[in-house]
Amino acid sequence: MQHMCIIYTTEGTGPQPGSDDWGPFMQGYQDFTAKVTQDGKLVHADALQPTQTATTVSMRDGKMHTTDGPFAETKEQLGGYYLLDCADLDEAMKYAAMIPTSAYGRIEVRPVMVWDN
Amino acid sequence: MPPLSHAAITTVARAHWGRILAALVKQFGDFALAEDALQDAVVAAMTAWDPKIPDAPDAWLITTARRRALDRVRADQTLARKSPEIAYFIAHQQSDPEEAPVTIPDKRLEMLLTCCHPSLDAKTQIALTLRTLGGLTAEEIAHAYLDKPATMAQRLSRARVKIKAAGIPYRVPDPADLPARADAVMQVIYLIFNEGYLASSGDTLLRRDLSTGAICLGHILYDLMPDMAEPAGLLALMLANDALAPARQSTGGAMIPLETQDRSLWRHAQISLADQILQTTLTRGQIGPYRLQAAISALHGQAATWDTTDWPQIAMLDSLLCRVQPTPVVQLNHAVAVSYADSAKAGLQLLDALAEPLADYSNFHAAKADFLARDGQRKAAGDCFLIAINLTGNAANRAFLQAKKQRLMLH
Repeated sequence: MQHMCIIYTTEGTGPQPGSDDWGPFMQGYQDFTAKVTQDGKLVHADALQPTQTATTVSMRDGKMHTTDGPFAETKEQLGGYYLLDCADLDEAMKYAAMIPTSAYGRIEVRPVMVWDN
Repeated sequence: MPPLSHAAITTVARAHWGRILAALVKQFGDFALAEDALQDAVVAAMTAWDPKIPDAPDAWLITTARRRALDRVRADQTLARKSPEIAYFIAHQQSDPEEAPVTIPDKRLEMLLTCCHPSLDAKTQIALTLRTLGGLTAEEIAHAYLDKPATMAQRLSRARVKIKAAGIPYRVPDPADLPARADAVMQVIYLIFNEGYLASSGDTLLRRDLSTGAICLGHILYDLMPDMAEPAGLLALMLANDALAPARQSTGGAMIPLETQDRSLWRHAQISLADQILQTTLTRGQIGPYRLQAAISALHGQAATWDTTDWPQIAMLDSLLCRVQPTPVVQLNHAVAVSYADSAKAGLQLLDALAEPLADYSNFHAAKADFLARDGQRKAAGDCFLIAINLTGNAANRAFLQAKKQRLMLH
């Protein structure tokens, strides 16, 4: 079954580009991606640009409204995801705990909906 | 022959509920279906078992439940498509389930681990364990935890949905992960026990159900994990504490402290059983909090009087417990043991570090008052007793402290 590991982090915390931690942190992501690929678990993965690049769109009464920024101004923001094909929740949780950001932010593990028919 | 009462059938059904349900869930891979089918079977037993309970009620219940599950699946084809286990079962079913020899595989450990999965919240783990392995109804669980029955039923059904949708596995984890998961199961069982044993609110009879239910679960875990020492410790701890239950309450329902309990009311055979279970684990592995607490409880249980309690041994065990579980209350218990094993002065010295974290805890001031009085510091002891008396919300405890104050101050 497929589980999405959704990566939440407070932007500006954790290793930052240019710092000494940055290289090992990015290497950690490369290693993790290589591991899930090798284990045959990876369906898809993406990282997102920071929320300052986001635009939020809604339709009300046939009219489009746009907001500059993310849909909710919360402390922790969605930064990326791994879509993994795991045997069960235990396996998905184990992989989620290996995502480098789990040491700074939090990883939400959600099963992907399977539609009947 | 008198007609069978529903209560008698409920008792039999409850005794087999956990084992049958665990087997059905394993077979169908569907929690809700298994539980509904077993519930159907229990309802059917109410009429079918008149006038007498069959020789093998568990076989009757699981066979009927399997048949009911099939009926439900046939009526709902999407269910059959959804679950390969069910499709397999339909394809390979016996023409008449009653002809097949009935074996009930023991999957209760898998079930316990699923119910106490860390991805479920703590209250849900407790409720699901009681419903699934203890056989308590949602209504009874709601009653015990002062919840609305509808809220509890909703909590349970949400949990079943999550187990299926999120893929919470129904298996014993790898050896590397097992100790941590077993800890979670033990914590749930002990919480259930203490809810029944210590809580002052709610229906007394249901409280008793919780304690005995927890002891039953403790037995299951002990039987299924014979190589681990802490499940044995947990079972021994619950047995030893529960053995004192008949002496813990006055006829008026007031709590009676250990010191003044009528020890002839204790269930001495149960204390011996707890001790026997502990003895079998003596040489095994690292000593953990359940085994230590069980050993302490057993020593109290074996003392003929308060004055002949083996305090040096208890003080030693308490100091070990302080290392694995360094909480202020454990440290307070250690200080009490030291005050008797060594001297009241030595006990007082240990209290200094606890004054701040336990400032609002009546038992801390009561212990301090007791130590001071025994050390001859009457004035300070009197002041401490007053603080303890003002802090306790329990009338019986207040009366006990007042009597003790009077007794010590008159010496």
